[in-house]
Amino acid sequence: MTDVTFRVFRGAGTQGGFEEYTVQLSEGMVVLDAVLDIQASQAGDLAVRWNCKAGKCGSCSAEVNGKPRLMCMTRMNTLPLDQPVTIEPMRSFPLIKDLVTDVKRNFEINKRVRPFKPKPRQADGTHRMMQYDIDRIQEFHKCIECFLCQDVCHVMRDHQKPDFIGPRFLIRLAALVMHPLDTENRLTELKDAFGIGYCNITKCCTEVCPENIKITDNAIIPLKERVAGNFYDPLAWLWRKARGKRPDTRPGTE
Amino acid sequence: MNETSPSLPLQRPLFVTERTDNWWLGPTATGLGLLFFVAYLTWAAFQGVHFYVGPEDAPYYLSPLYSPWIQADWWPFSPAFLILWAPGGFRFTCYYYRKAYYRAFSLSPPGCAVGGRAHNYKGERVLFLFQNLHRFFLYLAVLFVFVLAYDAWLAFQFPDGWGIGAGSIVLTLNAVFLGAFTFGCNSLRHLVGGNVDCFSCVAFGRPRFKIWRIVTRFNEHHMEWAWISLFWVCFTDLYVRLVSMGIVGDLRIL
Repeated sequence: MTDVTFRVFRGAGTQGGFEEYTVQLSEGMVVLDAVLDIQASQAGDLAVRWNCKAGKCGSCSAEVNGKPRLMCMTRMNTLPLDQPVTIEPMRSFPLIKDLVTDVKRNFEINKRVRPFKPKPRQADGTHRMMQYDIDRIQEFHKCIECFLCQDVCHVMRDHQKPDFIGPRFLIRLAALVMHPLDTENRLTELKDAFGIGYCNITKCCTEVCPENIKITDNAIIPLKERVAGNFYDPLAWLWRKARGKRPDTRPGTE
Repeated sequence: MNETSPSLPLQRPLFVTERTDNWWLGPTATGLGLLFFVAYLTWAAFQGVHFYVGPEDAPYYLSPLYSPWIQADWWPFSPAFLILWAPGGFRFTCYYYRKAYYRAFSLSPPGCAVGGRAHNYKGERVLFLFQNLHRFFLYLAVLFVFVLAYDAWLAFQFPDGWGIGAGSIVLTLNAVFLGAFTFGCNSLRHLVGGNVDCFSCVAFGRPRFKIWRIVTRFNEHHMEWAWISLFWVCFTDLYVRLVSMGIVGDLRIL
């Protein structure tokens, strides 16, 4: 079996650096296996967050060889092993210890998104939707909240814009805005309070998504188009005016 | 700041990353490709001659850079400049090209999880609000597809009657490729159905959903069509130019 060198970030708060460990590879090993091996045999105080080891809980997000990834879904045989494998915490979030970051900012953003507010029920007490009405938004519900997209987004990573909610929550908003039963108009806050204009659609969020959600094409760009239609399109404004609709009428439900 | 929310100490300067792959290859090739095609198109637009083949009053091959041919006595420059602002604006505000030049030229970011340019980033707000005009350029681009399709039809009408030349095929493919690029536009995807939340609740919901899905199929390969159509526009102009100058003879198939 091959010995592989790992450079693992060790530190807490604002201090830290890389330390090297050697791990013997075994068949089918993933990066998380190697990190747990290091924790078990060489560095008992190594902090790492993990849970399902099946790519569904979103806990073991980290940066492997500089790329934001789930450690449990990154097989060792997909990495170049002739050089040390670098493992570091997500860089967009404050460091707690070693590979563990404080992602509470995401939960605070989540609270700012108004919850689903459905139409009244029909006379028989039910809500009805056709499958093809909700096909689009089912993709967004695959999100496992690993926050890799929030980590890689340069608006959050390089520019720390506090009023930008990031790709994960633009997905959540897309699922609400496109929902056939939701009645809230969310476009004004999308433009102002949630800062969708900061996104310059460079698609890094889509590249790192472990669920392969087409975040940019299917969520962010459609939201940008709705904002453009509502606030920056004089023809759409005239069309609404001619039909006696308010300028901020929720699109798609007229 | 409390101990779990320190400032972000792990920020990296421009181009600095732990990535070990050739992340710079994509943006470099994209930037060089864009520069090459823009340089060619600018040169070709300035020429003002050798852009058609056949009699001046009824040419059978017309370069797409000069189509529709506007013969304006009051215009002192090449007629291409009366045309190119529209498809140029369509491409400049296109969501794919935005990604391409933000990464390649603006370095915001140069690559995913790569240190970006430190500046007062505002995204697509303030100065870049004009990107919201993309849908207006789309309206013009759709017209151009029909104009170029008409040019392709004319490319089969030779002075001696109907026939097929190599140029006929070149001009036809040009219209096809530009159509595939234009009909995969994100703004078109929004306008044909992306702005609808409940297809089963609106008039013509089912056909709109089907059209939306067709546009989505093209949209999934928008980047590929963007490059193919850009290359073929340049190639078509070059072919017409070379035939017009007598450097290359047009192969007559039928």
